[in-house]
Amino acid sequence: MCVFQSTINYFPEEVLEHVFDFLSSHRDRNAVSLVCKSWCRVERFSREKVFVGNCYAVSPERLLSTFPRVRSLTLKGKPHFADFNLVPPDWGGYLHPWIDAMVKARANLEELRLKRMVLSDDTLDLLAHSFPSFKSLVLVSCEGFTTDGLAAIAANCRSLRELDLQENEVEDRRGQWLSCFPDSCTSLVSLNFACLKGEVNLAALERLVARCPNLRSLRLNHAVPLDALQRILAQAPHLVDLGTGSFVHDPDSETYHKLKNAIQNCTSIRSLSGFLEVASRCLPSIYPLCSSLTSLNLSYAPGIYSNELVNLIRHCKKLERLWILDTIGDKGLGVVASTCKELQELRVFPFDPHGVGYTAVTEEGLVAVSAGCPKLNSILYFCQQMTNAALITVAKNCPNFIRFRLCTLNPTVPDAVTQLPLDEGFGAIVQSCKGLKRLSVSGLLTDQVFLYIGMYAEQLEMLSIAFAGESDKGMLYVLNGCKKLKKLEIRDSPFGDVALLADMGKYETMRSLWMSSCEVTLEACKKLAMKIPRLNVEIINENEQMEASTDDKQKVEKMYLYRTLVGPRKDAPAFVWTL
Amino acid sequence: MAKDGLGLEITELRLGLPGGGFDQVMLKTGKKRVFSEIEEDHHQNGKRSNGAKSEIIPKNEVVGWPPVCSHRRKISFNGQESTKLYVKVSMDGAPFLRKIDLAAQKCYSDLQLNLERLFGCYGIGEALNDADSSEYVPIYEDKDGDWMLLGDVPWTMFIESCKRLRIMKRTDAKGIGIHPKSTLKGTSRDG
Repeated sequence: MCVFQSTINYFPEEVLEHVFDFLSSHRDRNAVSLVCKSWCRVERFSREKVFVGNCYAVSPERLLSTFPRVRSLTLKGKPHFADFNLVPPDWGGYLHPWIDAMVKARANLEELRLKRMVLSDDTLDLLAHSFPSFKSLVLVSCEGFTTDGLAAIAANCRSLRELDLQENEVEDRRGQWLSCFPDSCTSLVSLNFACLKGEVNLAALERLVARCPNLRSLRLNHAVPLDALQRILAQAPHLVDLGTGSFVHDPDSETYHKLKNAIQNCTSIRSLSGFLEVASRCLPSIYPLCSSLTSLNLSYAPGIYSNELVNLIRHCKKLERLWILDTIGDKGLGVVASTCKELQELRVFPFDPHGVGYTAVTEEGLVAVSAGCPKLNSILYFCQQMTNAALITVAKNCPNFIRFRLCTLNPTVPDAVTQLPLDEGFGAIVQSCKGLKRLSVSGLLTDQVFLYIGMYAEQLEMLSIAFAGESDKGMLYVLNGCKKLKKLEIRDSPFGDVALLADMGKYETMRSLWMSSCEVTLEACKKLAMKIPRLNVEIINENEQMEASTDDKQKVEKMYLYRTLVGPRKDAPAFVWTL
Repeated sequence: MAKDGLGLEITELRLGLPGGGFDQVMLKTGKKRVFSEIEEDHHQNGKRSNGAKSEIIPKNEVVGWPPVCSHRRKISFNGQESTKLYVKVSMDGAPFLRKIDLAAQKCYSDLQLNLERLFGCYGIGEALNDADSSEYVPIYEDKDGDWMLLGDVPWTMFIESCKRLRIMKRTDAKGIGIHPKSTLKGTSRDG
């Protein structure tokens, strides 16, 4: 044993580094760095990909001094509930300090992946000019920039391989950002601008596609019409991932005929999305693609009705991932169940929940898919109603869920048959799915469901709660039971000070806690902030009443707390108090 | 709808709907707690009739529910998130006015239903359903400042020109020769 240990210590660092090279996951690398000082040092200096789950947990300077060779950075900013308008604008999550710090440290940045961050055109411009090897920019749910910023990236990033924009709020300046890719740019592998609202220069787009032989992923926005798509596909038959723009044309036209031919040649397409504007009569043109598709996203295609969706899906026997609108209906989901035997991930989004006379999907569709698709491990399901019996059946059929997110359109709807709470149904899910990492619950729920979650959800890392529970006990069950919990977000639930303060140390083991419209008081938040200095306890205070009175017994409307190494943030707006 | 609480409760000053109800309730703190009210409803009502869709929750009045990101909302939700068309509604005899979002209604029947919710205890349901025998006449003020009878023009035209609504007592309309003849009953729903 002693000999073995000393042998490990005498491993030259280059060998250790080489071994660590094989570790791609940041979690593995984190684990490795805890083994001993020398491993920590070697790991630190060799780490190139850094993941920062909360941009306020650490400072850019500290990150750079810890990982001087960072080349790829992933940053997440605003809390998840910002997606649903629960976080006021100007809350924070700014990219600029990070780019600034990296410029000063002369970091060799090559990849940047951002989620819920705020970035300006100036920042993009700085980025574009500062990192000659910059290859990949992925922006998800970001905001603050315009197409001018994109133009700067296009024009100046000589080695750009990937520009991937997903669901961002981008102001359209009606410029020619696509034309800013120089003729010398031939390195693009992935280009996704589906979320952009404005026109693009179609000729520039076609020329760009023509000169990038390595282009494998292309997602267009709604302003790209079908005839342009046809010309593009003719130039890029090696695409693996395609997102169409507008898919409307006369099926008798020559253009449509050419499109069909172009599609026949695209034998590598495995992933299809878009149809941001669509005429169902044009859909048969993509049938030839369907048999090899592994991923299909029609959730942004409101124009397709249930029977047409079904006709399409019948061809997609190899589908592993399906994102769809609930216009598919329970019957349509039955077809999914009988056709898509390889299905792993299903997301069913609500089309028009406020529409009068609207029927979405129900528990029937979910049960059907769970019965027909044995490999199902991830689901996001917006539904009109649910029953415990259905959830229990689903739990039995699919014990392999990693992500289970159920959202009833009416947040406190009870079991549609028995009128009881949905506690037993979710209880069955957590009991059966031993690998469950992410869970969102909804419907009428008492403290009982949280008892089950605390008892059974041992691998749970993220839990979303809304309009659920009866007392502090609910939240306590979760905090005491879920040892691996990283993110907890709660809204409109009767959890208060007792639950919040029961185990204050727990929050240092978690990334963050969000509580809004709960029963937590200012006094309790202050206590917590005092007791655990390595937490930032932020109160979002949008109404002026709170300012005026210093009544600690007041309930806090929105609280967001997170562990951090760097104390209160300096960029907090006036409406955010760090206690 | 039964005319509950038409006694002295009307004169009682409190925050909330006359006669109670299940619309949003402003509590003393000024916060909207829709679902605490609804929860009470659930516990009190016990079993509800099967198949009744949960109409209790006014779905379009909760911030951030269903939890769909704003990018998706703009595309899928038929743009409903963007427009709000609040107009005042006065009812003769009611101590205070209400406001209703016309853009959240799809047609006259919807409007009727929601006006009923707002003013339930005053018998508006009868007024709009069986106009001949009701005490009330629903009218609205249009862009030109004229008071018009509800229900004559197509819904979309109505929304564009309506500035405010008034549920008028029939007795005030005497001599004008209005025969509403169930203007709203039988009005087909616009898509």
